[in-house]
Amino acid sequence: MKPFTYSRPASVEEAAKAAAATQGARFIAGGTNLLDLMKLQIETPSHLIDVNHLGLDRIEKTEEGGLRIGALVRNTDLAADKAVRRDYAVLSRALLAGASGQLRNKATTGGNLLQRTRCPYFYDTRMPCNKRQPGSGCGAMKGISRSLAILGTSDACIAQHPSDMAVALRLLDASVETVGADGGRRAIPIADFHTLPGATPHVETALKPGELITAVTLPRPLGGTHVYRKVRDRASYAFALVSVAAIFGGDGKARFAFGGIAAKPWRVAEADAAASRGARAVAEAALAGATPTAQNAFKQQLTAQTLASIYRQKEA
Amino acid sequence: MNAVSFTVNGREVHLQLDPRTTLLDALREHLHLTGTKKGCDHGQCGACTVMVEGRRINSCLTLAVMHDGESVTTVEGLGTPEKLHPMQRAFITHDGYQCGYCTPGQICSAVAVLEEIEAGIPSHATEDLDHVAFSDAEVRERMSGNICRCAAYPNIIAAIRECAGEKQA
Repeated sequence: MKPFTYSRPASVEEAAKAAAATQGARFIAGGTNLLDLMKLQIETPSHLIDVNHLGLDRIEKTEEGGLRIGALVRNTDLAADKAVRRDYAVLSRALLAGASGQLRNKATTGGNLLQRTRCPYFYDTRMPCNKRQPGSGCGAMKGISRSLAILGTSDACIAQHPSDMAVALRLLDASVETVGADGGRRAIPIADFHTLPGATPHVETALKPGELITAVTLPRPLGGTHVYRKVRDRASYAFALVSVAAIFGGDGKARFAFGGIAAKPWRVAEADAAASRGARAVAEAALAGATPTAQNAFKQQLTAQTLASIYRQKEA
Repeated sequence: MNAVSFTVNGREVHLQLDPRTTLLDALREHLHLTGTKKGCDHGQCGACTVMVEGRRINSCLTLAVMHDGESVTTVEGLGTPEKLHPMQRAFITHDGYQCGYCTPGQICSAVAVLEEIEAGIPSHATEDLDHVAFSDAEVRERMSGNICRCAAYPNIIAAIRECAGEKQA
């Protein structure tokens, strides 16, 4: 790791202010992704601001009947929370499908949203990567692209978003609460939180310099049957090739979000609208505009078959 | 250098550390507790698993300075050669290793897994999120963050199964 200094601010306002005022500063929460990247010198912060002790680790009801999840709530605790298990089971299921027990004990809600792609070219500092080093090119497009995105990609980047949790949050229409360097607070709809790569794949979220995630809020529970189906190369502890989050209502209506196949947690209104016409119609709507490589074209069929499997299970 | 104080296996320690020092390196290089192993150093193998504030984590993916004031338990804190932890004894009984390099991490993880099941924390293998119970499938899923390149998995599961049985008895 490159040398850095370390501080523990006393408040979220102090943390955001320090982050904006210090060149090269980064927040650290669980650290499971950031430290991994620092060891590889993909991330080289000059200063770490430890946000573990700011009281952001509570889960509470909102006035609207939803849930406010502190940014520092660990993935294990969020998945095990009684209200989440009962009312937002798709979120519990998505969290439990990700990482290992050890990592979930450390990884946080805010940090999970900010985790970076596992594209092998992003991770290999000898390779070109527009996300890691803007303007250096993309090694993946003509390289090993089996795991990478088929939706939301650009000429500059085909990296996939790795999070399971974020797919469930996208399905649930979550909102990301932040505090800015000027102390101002705002809420960013999850749909707008992650940005598409376009010509600037190194920009991954709508966060401004110094802006700190303080909580994620969920609207009132939707009811229905919650499903999170993750397809991967081994039974546990692997990133998704394809994942599907779904909530089926009793009225033939359903909503879907997808992971492993896109540059950000993927949701398409047309896919939800196709719910009553069956898995094939949902897959066609969800995959509209896909730009696969020869190596990851299989993800289209895998998505359709995963949806078919979910429908079969629902009807059984 | 940063001053860091925490409790390791019940003993209070005070260190001056470069902030880059991981908890794993603090344990091994500064406190000479070499039971905890460095495998991949990237959170993929689980050899560095320890308990911090009673929860298992990868000690390679956390900085020692982040744990000022906290309590750490390593494999050395679970038992001694004279007075083995039941999980350590079960690993010996069932030959839950070959080379032994991953074993301290496996044992720390296994002890925590049984506590997590007892606390009702669900896993990917849990069919009904509200009914968490011991099963081989649960153990396989929950231990997936601990890799054994000698593939002693069947015997590791046998050891954990025995320990879980003792706990229930």
